[in-house]
Amino acid sequence: MSATIKSERSWGKRAVVLLPYLWLAIFFLAPFAIVLKISLSQTAIAQPPYVPVFDLASGWQDLQDFFARLTLDGYRLIGSDPIYLFSYLKSLQIAGVSTAILLLIGYPIGYGIARSPRGLQPLLVMLVVLPFWTSFLIRVYAWINILQRDGLLNDVLMRLHIIHEPAAWLASDTAIYIGIVYSYLPFMVLPLYATLEKMDETLLEAAADLGAPRARAFWQVTMPLSLPGAAAGTLLCFIPIMGEFVIPDLLGGSRTLMIGQTLWTEFFFNRDWPVASAIAVALLALLVLPILLYERLQRRQLERFR
Amino acid sequence: MADGGGTRGHEESGQPALVRFEQVSKRFGDVAAVDALTLDIRQGEFFALLGPSGCGKTTLLRLLAGFEAPNEGRILLDGDDIGGVPPHHRPVNMMFQSYALFPHLTVEGNVGFGLRQEKVGRRERRERVAEMLALVKLQGFGKRRVGQLSGGERQRVALARSLIKRPRVLLLDEPLAALDKKLRAETQFELMELQRNLGTTFVIVTHDQEEAMIVSDRIAVMNQGRLVQVAEPAEIYERPNSRWAADFLGEVTLIEGYLNEDGTLATRLGPLRVGAGTAKTDDKVWLALRPEKLRMSAERPAADGLNTAAGIVFEVGYRGDLSLYKVQLADRSLMKVALANTSARGKAQFAVKDVVWLSWPRDTGVLLTD
Repeated sequence: MSATIKSERSWGKRAVVLLPYLWLAIFFLAPFAIVLKISLSQTAIAQPPYVPVFDLASGWQDLQDFFARLTLDGYRLIGSDPIYLFSYLKSLQIAGVSTAILLLIGYPIGYGIARSPRGLQPLLVMLVVLPFWTSFLIRVYAWINILQRDGLLNDVLMRLHIIHEPAAWLASDTAIYIGIVYSYLPFMVLPLYATLEKMDETLLEAAADLGAPRARAFWQVTMPLSLPGAAAGTLLCFIPIMGEFVIPDLLGGSRTLMIGQTLWTEFFFNRDWPVASAIAVALLALLVLPILLYERLQRRQLERFR
Repeated sequence: MADGGGTRGHEESGQPALVRFEQVSKRFGDVAAVDALTLDIRQGEFFALLGPSGCGKTTLLRLLAGFEAPNEGRILLDGDDIGGVPPHHRPVNMMFQSYALFPHLTVEGNVGFGLRQEKVGRRERRERVAEMLALVKLQGFGKRRVGQLSGGERQRVALARSLIKRPRVLLLDEPLAALDKKLRAETQFELMELQRNLGTTFVIVTHDQEEAMIVSDRIAVMNQGRLVQVAEPAEIYERPNSRWAADFLGEVTLIEGYLNEDGTLATRLGPLRVGAGTAKTDDKVWLALRPEKLRMSAERPAADGLNTAAGIVFEVGYRGDLSLYKVQLADRSLMKVALANTSARGKAQFAVKDVVWLSWPRDTGVLLTD
């Protein structure tokens, strides 16, 4: 009797555990399998624009035929034409530099919020998140307005006599950095704030008691304890910035090509779905390392604070 | 009222004070956490600050550590005003109630943290850390992470960390509050032994009366930011200077009365014989009686010269080693009596509704005027 109840309960439990896997299978693994398959296909002037097409209704012979026609041509092209390598490197550079800037700006903000009076903190956090209430696209377009030749930035700088003739901000790496840092700042600030806010302030008193002045207490206690938050913020910014498309497309020049733009061109302009898919798969392979790192950090974090 | 006992004790010892609070006040908003308090702590003593929560004892400790600055008054260490000295330059160390161990460091890193701040070389640091860990019986724990330790082990790491710089005064903020009762009792004796061996001045903050009496040489009982009484534990227990002190430290029954011309006390229980006190005739006074000093019998005691009162057992609290009785007297007041359960069967000697006689000699109890 009790055994049946127990097994029923464990079935219920198993179903609950299964849910996230089901979610991952439907919304991540299945689309990825499709992209992977397309990356192994060849372009064709057809609908859809590639061959072979997977058809479940066909027989065993056709299925074997299907696998025989898969090719690595897409990947070979990525390897042979330097434009793809340059795009990857450009993305790496933009993501690396902007993540570093984000860390430099985001840390003091997160620290400041965590050290503010308790009652004020929710308001400050809300102010950090507030820009999300406006559409991302509109905010990037607003930056075009600010950065253009007769825009707000040039206007202010000229009135302050810092520059004497309007500078060309748009269509440059600077504009991309400004746009990315602005857009991703909350993703850096929030995890940093979360770790810093959790930190027990008596630890700083203990450090002072044992002879550490404030600055040294920061480097020896606060900093190391906030590293998990800094790592989370870094990866949370770095990974999506690698694949960023909208910001470089709107603010960057035609000469800077991030991998997202190259992918877009292959997909919509050249209608070369296999190469576009191969780029996507290669990007994922490149990002797997930092993603796994992030996962490990998160697990370690959970274990430490358990 | 404040520190009669303390001043007397000070004169007896003749030692200069290591720590002196002079008219120290600390206010948080409108609330005075410490109120014009004057107190001496001697070199080498185990000193307890005891009081209910919110009495200002922790604030006093934090003032000494330098985490708070007094609004008024001076704090002297070895005769020097340490008011302007920041916490990281004070030769005092604190063991925190939460232990405040650094979670990112190993046991060794935690214990050696203070030495690292003084730029003590790696080799000497390692030696002194090992020495400290041996002192708190944690040999071989150096490489462990703080998260892997039990509560008792953390407590020891915190103790080792606060002692490694050989502070002039060690401040202990409720150091045993997080331990279970058995471990707490053991650790109390270890703390006393440690203090005796090191000769360091220990100042402990606790709300646990028993703990304060067990570990310390002297106790300062505090209430609402002021000192109620400063004296040795037995002195405070046997000769409390006020009803508040008597009631706060241990169990007590208070009997209100007036002194007669013949030296007896006029109470609702009739005239009681009391020891000579400082109270004057016609003053309102209270007789404080400790429960374990009363005798209880089924028959009226025959001996002359005893105070006696008849009553009915109202409640019995069995505690194993002894039983606490509440006995209702003729005037409906309750008197607390403690009797050791000495019989072989170990059961309480009296039961509820038993008619009993209470008796106590003339000089049992204290007359309190406050």
